[in-house]
Amino acid sequence: MMLEVEGLDAFYGEQQALFGVGFGLDEGRVRTLLGANGAGKTTVLRALCGMVRRGGDVRFDGKRISGWATEDIVRLGIAHVPDGRGTFLRVTVEENLQLGAMTRRDRAGIAADIEQVYGHFPRLKERRGQQAGTLSGGEQQMLAVGRALMLRPRLMLLDEPSFGLAPLVVEELFATLRELNSAMGVAMLIVEQNAALALELAEHAYLLETGRIVMDGPSSVIGADESIRRSYLGY
Amino acid sequence: MELLLQQVLAGLANGAIYALMALAVVMIYQAIDHLNFAQGEMATFSAFIAWQLIAWDQPYWLAFAVAVIASFVGGIVIERILFRPIHNAPILSQLVAFIALFSILNSTDGEIWNFTIKTFPTPFGREPLFGSRLISTHEAGMIGVTLVILGLLYLFFRGSRLGLAMRAAAANPDSARLVGIRVGWMIALGWGMSSAIGAVAGMLIAPVVYLEPNMMLGVLLYGFTGAVLGGMTSPGGAVAGGFIVGVIENLAGTFIPYFGRELKLTIALVLITAVLLVRPSGLFGRAVVSRV
Repeated sequence: MMLEVEGLDAFYGEQQALFGVGFGLDEGRVRTLLGANGAGKTTVLRALCGMVRRGGDVRFDGKRISGWATEDIVRLGIAHVPDGRGTFLRVTVEENLQLGAMTRRDRAGIAADIEQVYGHFPRLKERRGQQAGTLSGGEQQMLAVGRALMLRPRLMLLDEPSFGLAPLVVEELFATLRELNSAMGVAMLIVEQNAALALELAEHAYLLETGRIVMDGPSSVIGADESIRRSYLGY
Repeated sequence: MELLLQQVLAGLANGAIYALMALAVVMIYQAIDHLNFAQGEMATFSAFIAWQLIAWDQPYWLAFAVAVIASFVGGIVIERILFRPIHNAPILSQLVAFIALFSILNSTDGEIWNFTIKTFPTPFGREPLFGSRLISTHEAGMIGVTLVILGLLYLFFRGSRLGLAMRAAAANPDSARLVGIRVGWMIALGWGMSSAIGAVAGMLIAPVVYLEPNMMLGVLLYGFTGAVLGGMTSPGGAVAGGFIVGVIENLAGTFIPYFGRELKLTIALVLITAVLLVRPSGLFGRAVVSRV
């Protein structure tokens, strides 16, 4: 298994936010973490990347990375698209993409990958010289995904990719994510409030409640269960 | 008229040094959001290193290069040892650390090289430039060096990957880590570059004000003023601010009788206060454009 998580705890100051979270993800697969506001979904992604104080065991390719610094974890090919998108607002769209490839040395490959990202998101190409802060919400989300791709990631951690986007834009974005997964074999762990959307893309879902995983199963089963839907997914 | 022109040019020459100090201050401010109060003492220490090498009969440019490189390394070491461990500490703790660094360096200068003033050579000579009495070759050299450094920094920050990484680390450290940038080292590098720029400023001003442990006190105040005037977020603005402060200082000292030489330093404080009241982001500081 590519990513194995066992007994993951996370803390904000003295406050414990995750309690013994465990799950796994195989190469090239898509799974989703669902749950209400404040359940700890974002915290799981932040803990995987070493952005909060955490305990427990995280393994990537069998390497124990739970003590590593964020920038070293990223270098393994784990790209985190944070909520709020984490765009560098004062540099241009193209510089944002170059920043995504900061750990790489192959100039030609980087240039080719920038063109590839523009292929996925033609809107970004039109705005390549513009300050990223002037992009619309949807364009910024595309830029965040594009920047993550520049790492040539093996695993993408997506935090609420649909947040604040118009329904049409969300559809387009998820179609692109699906394409990236099938064409490039990028594994994805998606945190979403829009459970219906996430269940469509992911094959397996975990339900989080107050920092604990309370249930998991194939997306079709989780999505079909009336009582789960009502109590956890809210639709 | 000639007096006015002469005073403007002399102001630009002084302003070049203020500009370099402003630049040094802004580089660190960008990285850690704090003013480095010890910037002037770091520059003085660098100038003493060069002075010592010259006193040991080394050629000027060798001494210059060694001082700049030693300052670059020293800046990184100071960040790693002193400021890295307290980077999450409250602002007052950091302030105390800056003051500590200030007095450690100041006393060390005095202990090693004592407090008597020393002459410092200039590589540009002191003749009138092109036979004109308006400006000396050393003054022209100060202006030229400042503009060259600004140009190099511009190329570095706009044109190189490392420069882009440093800008990203300063603007958004969390996101920078998420693309694999070693933010801590970017901050240390900012300290190193700032310290090296300060070293150049110290070595250029030393021939004018004479070398002694307190020589940068007034200069740094003008440097702060330049940085605030130009905008703490804009290296180019800081340089422009430094030049403007130099000119204003000189003109006021010459043409407003009451100010004279004695009250010149007051102008810096008046300027800081005025800028903070009227336009806190400075003349060239940008407001970030963002859409949600």
